[in-house]
Amino acid sequence: MNRILFGITLFFYFLSAFHYMLYLINQRESIGKVCQITTIAAFGFHTLSLIYQTVSSGHVPITNLRESLVFYAWAIVLIYLILEYMYKIRVMGAFIIPIAFISVIFSLSFPIVESPLPEYFKSAWLGVHTTLAFLADAAFAIAFGVGIMYLIQQRQLKSKHPGAFYRRLPSLDVLDELNYKAVAIGFPLLTLAIVSGSIWANSAWGYYWGWEPKEIWALITWVVYAAYLHARLMSGWRGRKAAYMSIAGFMIVVFTFIGVTLLMPGRHGFK
Amino acid sequence: MDIVVIGLSHKTASVDVREKLSFPEAKLPDALSCMGRLDAVNENIILSTCNRVETYATVKDADGGIDRIKAFFLDYHGLEGETYLNSLYAYHGREAVRHIFRVAASLDSMVVGEPQILGQLKDAFDHALTNKTTGVVMNRLMKKAISVAKRIRTETKIAESAVSISFAAVELARKIFGDLEGKSVMLAGAGEMAELAAKHLVNNGVKTIMVANRTYERAVELAEEFDGRAVKFEDLASEMVHADILIAATGAPNFILTQKDMARVIKDRKNKPVFLIDIAAIRNLDPEINKIDNVYLYDIDDLESVVSSNIKERQKEADIAEGIIEEEIDTFLTWLGSIDVVPTIVALRDKAEAIRRGEVDKALPRLGGLTEKQIKQVEALTQAIVNKLLHPPLMALKKSAGDPESSGQVEAARALFGLDGPTDGNAEAGPSAAEAEAVKEP
Repeated sequence: MNRILFGITLFFYFLSAFHYMLYLINQRESIGKVCQITTIAAFGFHTLSLIYQTVSSGHVPITNLRESLVFYAWAIVLIYLILEYMYKIRVMGAFIIPIAFISVIFSLSFPIVESPLPEYFKSAWLGVHTTLAFLADAAFAIAFGVGIMYLIQQRQLKSKHPGAFYRRLPSLDVLDELNYKAVAIGFPLLTLAIVSGSIWANSAWGYYWGWEPKEIWALITWVVYAAYLHARLMSGWRGRKAAYMSIAGFMIVVFTFIGVTLLMPGRHGFK
Repeated sequence: MDIVVIGLSHKTASVDVREKLSFPEAKLPDALSCMGRLDAVNENIILSTCNRVETYATVKDADGGIDRIKAFFLDYHGLEGETYLNSLYAYHGREAVRHIFRVAASLDSMVVGEPQILGQLKDAFDHALTNKTTGVVMNRLMKKAISVAKRIRTETKIAESAVSISFAAVELARKIFGDLEGKSVMLAGAGEMAELAAKHLVNNGVKTIMVANRTYERAVELAEEFDGRAVKFEDLASEMVHADILIAATGAPNFILTQKDMARVIKDRKNKPVFLIDIAAIRNLDPEINKIDNVYLYDIDDLESVVSSNIKERQKEADIAEGIIEEEIDTFLTWLGSIDVVPTIVALRDKAEAIRRGEVDKALPRLGGLTEKQIKQVEALTQAIVNKLLHPPLMALKKSAGDPESSGQVEAARALFGLDGPTDGNAEAGPSAAEAEAVKEP
C-alpha cells in the first residue's frame, strides 16, 4: 500500500520538476497550470503516504535517513505551496521543487531500515522536535532557491544585457524580501526545534545539551542565520550579500543533515 | 462569394500617399455607403488609421470585386495614376482572412504588439454596423478577429516587453523595485526625454518627484509641473539619499556624480537599491558607479540594447502568434464553407421544384379531363423523377459542408445547374425565406 502511494508521489514529483523546468524555458501559462496541478497532486499523495506510515507504525516516519529525506521534501513543498499561494510567483518552483525532487531521489540510495526503535524514540517529542527541525530546514532551502534567483537577476541587471532570465524572474525587491521572509520563518522554527530537542533530551537522559556532533552543527547553523538576521536588520545587509549568506547557510544545513548523519553518527544518527 | 482585403499600409505606401487615400471619420458613413452601393460589393468595412487604410469586403467574385474596389479607392478621393494603384495590396480568400487576423493581433503593425490597432478595428466595425454595411459573414469575421487578437494577447507575450527607451527604463525599474508605488525619482537637468521618462514613472506609481537644475528657477518650474520638490543642484549628492531613481539629463561637460559620491549615498541609504538612468548627450554619471553593490546604472546605449533585445523577443512571440492565426483561419473557413453549402442546396431544390411545377402546369391543361387520382399520379411521377435526379448531388453537397478542401463542389454545382446565371424566368432571384433561415449563424 505504502509502496504504491510512494510510487505515485515520486512520479508526480518527477512530472512537477520536469514541468517547472519547461515552464522556466517557455513561460506558457498552460504549462504553469500543469506545474501547479502536478505539485498539488504530488503533495497530496505524499501527505497520504506519510499519514499511512504514521498510523501503521505509530510514529512520524523520520527514524532513518531515508525517511527523513522524504519527509524533508514534504516540508519544502509545503512551505513552497504556501509561498506560491501568497506571492503568485510560479517561476520560483523551478528553483525549489527540484530540491525536493532531488531529496526524494537521494533517499532511495539508503536502505529501508526496519529495526525496533529505541525506547527514548517513543515519545511525543519525536514528532514535535523533528517536525520543527525539518520545517526550519525547508524554509532555509527556500531562502537558498530564492537567493540563487536573486543572484541571477542581479547579474542580469548589472550586465546591462538582460537576457532570458531577466524576463522570467521577478524583481530584485521581491526576491530579496522572499529571501528575508524565508529566513525569518526558518530561524524561529530552528530555535524552537533546538529548545524542544533539549527538553526531550532532559526528559530522556536528564541533561539538556550533550555536545554531540548534530547538536554542535545545529548550533552553528543557528549562529549563521542569527548573523544573517542581525546583519540585515542592523547594518542593512540586503541583496547580494544576504543572498550569498543564505546560500552559505543552506550548505551548512545540508552538511548538518546528511554529512553529520553519515560521518559523525550520534544519537541523531539513526543507528 | 469571397472575402477580400484591399488597402495600403506603412509597408507599402509613404505617409503622404496614406494621407491622400485615408477616410477621415466624418466621411466614413458616406464612404461606407458609397462602397456598399457598388454592384460587386456585398458587405464592407473601412479601417482608416495613420498607418493603414484598408477595406474588408465580401464580393461576388474576387477578381472583379478587387478591381472595382481599387478603382473606388481612387475615384472617391478624386485621384488617379499608377503610384496610387501600385501602393494598394489586395488579398482574397484565406490570405484575406489571415491579413485581417494579423492586423487585429498587431502582427502587421509598425511596432509589433502595440495595442491601439485592436481598438481602431473595433471602431471601424462599429461604424460599419451603424451604417449597416455588414452582414452575416463580416460580422462573424470581425468578432472572430477580435477574439483571435485577445487570444494571442493572453497566450503569447507579444505585448509584454518595452520597445521604447522610456518604457524600457520603466520596465527596468520594475525589475529592480517591483512595485513602483511609493518610490521617488530625482530629475537632474531638464529635457524632453527626461520629462517623458519621468511621466512614465509617475504613471506607473512613482509618487515623489524631485528636480535639480543648474538654474534653480527652471527646477522650481518643472517641480511644479510634476507636483514635486525643487532641489539645489549643489545638494544633488546629498539629496540622492531620498531618491530611488535618478534620471540624469544635464548638459554638464563632466560627471555630476562620481563613484565616491554614490558609494556614500548607498551607505547612507543602508544599501537600499538605486536605479540611475543617464540619458544625457555627454554622460553625466561615472560608469564606474555601476560597480557599487545595489546600484544599477544604465546609459542611453544600455537602454537601446535592452530595447533591441525586447524587439527580438517580440518577434519570437510573433512566430507563435502566427501559428494560432493559422489555426483560427481553419475554424473560420470551416464555418464559412458550411454557410455556403446551405444556400446552394436550397437554391438547387427551389430551382428543380420551379421547373417541375412549371412543366406540370403546362402539361395538365393539354392532357385535359384527368381525374383527381390521375393528377395526383402525375404530380407523384414528376416529383419522383426530380428527387431521384437531385439525390446524388444534394448528398455530395451536404457531405462537403464544413470541408474547405471541397469548396469547389459548391461552385461546380452552381455552374452545372445554372444557379447563378440568368434564369429562365422560373427561379426566384432573391434569397428565399428558407435560405435566410439557413444562413443564420450557428
